[in-house]
Amino acid sequence: MAEKLKPVDVVVVGVGFMGAIMAKELAAAGLTVVGLERGKKRWTVPEFQSPDIHDELKYSIRKGMMQDVTREAMTFRNNSSQEALPIRQWQAFLPGSDLGGSGVHWNGQTFRFTEADFVWHTRMQERYGKTFVDRNLIIQDWGITYDELEPYFDKFEYLLGTGGKAGNLNGKIQPGGNPFESWRSREYPNPPMKEQYGGVLFRKAASEMGYHPFVQPSSNMTRPYTNPEGLQLNACNYCGFCERYACEHFAKATPQTVILPVLLKNPNFELRTEAQVLRVNLDGHKKRATGVTYADATGREFEQPADLVIITTYALNNARMMLLSGIGKPYDPQTGEGVIGRNYAYQTTGDVYVFYDESVNINPFMAAGASGTLIDDFNDDNFDHGPHGFIGGSYIMSALTNGRPIEFHPTPPGTRDWGKEWKAAIRRHYNHTAHMLIHGSSMPTRTNYLDLDPTYKDAWGLPLLRVTFEFPDNDVKMTQFCVDRAVEVGKRMGAKTVAGYPRKPPFTTQKYQTTHNTGGVIMGSDPNTSALNRYLQSWQAHNVFVVGASAYPQNPGYNPTDTLGALAYWSVDAIKKQYLKKPGALVSA
Amino acid sequence: MKRNREQQGSRRDFLRSAFAVGVSSAVISVEQIRAASSKMRSTDNAKTFAFFRPEEAAFVSAAVDRFIPPDEEWPGAVDAGVVEYIDQQMAGKWGSAGYMYWHGPFKEGTPSQGYQLPLTPAELFRRAIAAINQHFTTQATPFHQLSTDKQDEYLETLLANKTTLNGVPSKVFADFLLQHTIEGFFADPIYGGNRNMVGWKMLGFPGPYADYYELIDQYGIKVDRDPVSIGSSPRHHAM
Repeated sequence: MAEKLKPVDVVVVGVGFMGAIMAKELAAAGLTVVGLERGKKRWTVPEFQSPDIHDELKYSIRKGMMQDVTREAMTFRNNSSQEALPIRQWQAFLPGSDLGGSGVHWNGQTFRFTEADFVWHTRMQERYGKTFVDRNLIIQDWGITYDELEPYFDKFEYLLGTGGKAGNLNGKIQPGGNPFESWRSREYPNPPMKEQYGGVLFRKAASEMGYHPFVQPSSNMTRPYTNPEGLQLNACNYCGFCERYACEHFAKATPQTVILPVLLKNPNFELRTEAQVLRVNLDGHKKRATGVTYADATGREFEQPADLVIITTYALNNARMMLLSGIGKPYDPQTGEGVIGRNYAYQTTGDVYVFYDESVNINPFMAAGASGTLIDDFNDDNFDHGPHGFIGGSYIMSALTNGRPIEFHPTPPGTRDWGKEWKAAIRRHYNHTAHMLIHGSSMPTRTNYLDLDPTYKDAWGLPLLRVTFEFPDNDVKMTQFCVDRAVEVGKRMGAKTVAGYPRKPPFTTQKYQTTHNTGGVIMGSDPNTSALNRYLQSWQAHNVFVVGASAYPQNPGYNPTDTLGALAYWSVDAIKKQYLKKPGALVSA
Repeated sequence: MKRNREQQGSRRDFLRSAFAVGVSSAVISVEQIRAASSKMRSTDNAKTFAFFRPEEAAFVSAAVDRFIPPDEEWPGAVDAGVVEYIDQQMAGKWGSAGYMYWHGPFKEGTPSQGYQLPLTPAELFRRAIAAINQHFTTQATPFHQLSTDKQDEYLETLLANKTTLNGVPSKVFADFLLQHTIEGFFADPIYGGNRNMVGWKMLGFPGPYADYYELIDQYGIKVDRDPVSIGSSPRHHAM
């Protein structure tokens, strides 16, 4: 029997980036807030310090910062005719754990979604007609517009200290920035990153071809910065240990560096770590949450009553928490009915390698998590898709985030994978290879979805999340097209050999792609096709808000975090200004 | 008496483990095992391992040195300490599946679903190597005494999944061994491999201690300082 604790105003499930933002704003508004984090506390000092933090085996290979797969795995299958089996070791995507969540090990790549993205269904119909989009795709509008979200993008980027160059200031295109971006109300808080050598070579070739290269917006600091919360960050030193690692230098915007110290100082907030939330509890009518039940590190169960429950446990885990708690009807791919688990999408990525001769020292190890140079010409709705037969796109970015040798030792196509020839080839090419990431959109289908696994359980006896996913034909065409464009740029970069690797089905859990899993608890304007309204409020239980990339109806070709931070600030603003005054549905169904 | 029993016990353990390699084989002889282990010792100074038995170490040493062979300039996997690295991994948490979701039912999956055998990495190694060593007891020469061409040929058959090893698809084991070889050649030397940072020196990776603020935009610069490892790095703290 769970021990019943003293009620609080708000319980936040998961203290990562979004949990910290929601908790900080609500505690500052005078509410009592408890943050429940399943993992442990960890800080820049001492946990993230050098040299131990730069351990490729521990963090990249053994996944030292990730969700403890021995306790909480997921199952996977490519389609419903297969039996899902557990992903026994993370590879394709890497959900984080412990205080700060995935916000500790992210790369800091900070892109806004565009005006078109938020009205994607409408935009595709208007521009390409009603029959252009593959009928198997279930794209939707978000129920919110870019213009509404712009102030919150701005707020999040200033929290992070993002470095970049505006491409569109209040509608006016700016030299040096991304001319395809949607308008922003002011410049980035910091200037752009230093470019890598590969980026400089790419910039030259892309410019000659008439494209529009720019430096990637980055939340690795480009100079010392004090954010609006009063926290100080240092300049990034390009050490090449960013994603999958924590920053030892206070130079990457993470919950630890940009918000948690402020949150923890507020006496209205209490952090409880090693608190594994098992479910959100509902009242008898299932229209209102009464709090959550969690287990501590020794297995004791507690019931934490709260007036407001905020779920911020990472996209995939958000969907699982809703399913475990019975909030929202589970999606059924046979009928197309139900809302939890639908519109699961990912990211469709490809790679291009540019092999130079030995006179060109690329120095891959001199890198930040977000020090790329890219073009946006073939992303989003930035070009006419009419002749191509697909929707969506990719950015093409020359970037090496590291030269860590267990994983990075490129060889040209046709090289044997081992032996004398391989050994000579990795030595020959290690310092003389540039890389392009082709980072593309992922469109939802009727058959890609999330639900609870019927067989496999976690360490608390609860069903694992089951992921059913295959790359849709639309996205396979898209990524081939974008990789072809990238290879053309590569051939102008002055290298002997250029090799392109578009992503092809089947999706495999065994190769790292990205941790940009989206959907499952999507926002929208129709309760029959979305789980949340435009304020990330559950249509079913008005005092449950779900903040995560789980809210995205489809995933554009940009990294998801910036838009997520904007949505968190937008949502918490609605809670403060509207919900607290009159608790109830903020949008009538 | 007590001492004698202990000695007997350890001899029995040795014999049991030696015969376990043969599993169902009646042909393997203690002499063959001794020959194998003395051959291994002659190249490896009677090294004792935490996990590997002598006959297992003999195979692994020969195989990883084909995956990353020594050349005129750079040592191969054995001299880089890869066998010690794999031994430590198998003896520890990784070898006992301590980093994996380890609940059944265990079922055969698709390649997209990844590793699904009900064998821990250590059990997988033990089982597969036993099958390989048993296979070579029926040949004139054990694997580690074959010519390098013949060794390569055999490793190719394993990688091409042309056989099973006591029920283990040979590619599953061979890919596992190759991945561990690469890890052992390039992981920080604190794990027993990458001895003297040879893997890093060979590639030109300067190691985990890194600050390139002043260098990153000196495009094309050649960095040729010696690398620094976790063990050899000064402890410094940001605050």
